Amino acid sequence: MENFQIIENCLMVKLPEEIDHYQAGYICQEADRYLLREEVCHIVFDFEDTTFMDSSGIGIIMGRYKKVSQIGGRVYAINVGKQISRILRLSGMNRLVEVLENEK
Amino acid sequence: MKNEMEIWLDAISCNEVVARVAVAAFVAHLNPTLEEISDIKTAVSEAVTNSIIHGYGNTFGYRKRCETKEERSKIHPGRVNLSCKLSRGILYIDVEDWGKGIEDVDKAMEPLYTTLPEYDRSGMGFAFMEAFMDDLQVISMPGKGTLVRMQKKLTNGPWISGEE
Repeated sequence: MENFQIIENCLMVKLPEEIDHYQAGYICQEADRYLLREEVCHIVFDFEDTTFMDSSGIGIIMGRYKKVSQIGGRVYAINVGKQISRILRLSGMNRLVEVLENEK
Repeated sequence: MKNEMEIWLDAISCNEVVARVAVAAFVAHLNPTLEEISDIKTAVSEAVTNSIIHGYGNTFGYRKRCETKEERSKIHPGRVNLSCKLSRGILYIDVEDWGKGIEDVDKAMEPLYTTLPEYDRSGMGFAFMEAFMDDLQVISMPGKGTLVRMQKKLTNGPWISGEE
């Protein structure tokens, strides 16, 4: 299950196992609700549980990038697996999103 | 060895997962690589999502996961046909809808082009289908519908070629 958490000025979004159009709406809506809070300026997408993502996931990232970049924020991705990494590279998202390397 | 499968899906967003999982199961006995499975699932998900949200205009699911009865009644009726064929180690996938069709297929296939930016669509659907499959054809008639034909060669176990 996805969940949302604010740590200092970062919104942490834990993404679900599969990201498709059906899942995307709720994630965008909730993320935008948190981004309205003044203190939040960066967003971190956590792909730890995610094994599948199609272009709907790229839409989520692009949309949030547009919002936070206006206020000088950045978008990060963590726990990026092989499949997600290919999708991010193929769509050019690796230029907008900073992928933080870690154990996965 | 030849094998075929045909599924009719109502054009609602929750069937995206049904479609991609069905195709993954259809090729599972060939023991494809994880990368191949993931490529196929992504391509199927893109094609079926396009039919549902663009073809039939059912953006349902978007911001409406906790749908109400009133929202459910707004669904445009329509069906998506998913046909798969395996022949000589090649997977053929057809995704067809009888929705509104595409005015300009070349334009629609450009990366980042989308007619639904307000729904956070990235415009990467056809680009992903093209990248993840070996062949992609899009046949569309405005007002009539769209047929997406894809092919992918699978690296399969030796017993398959023995049977050909």
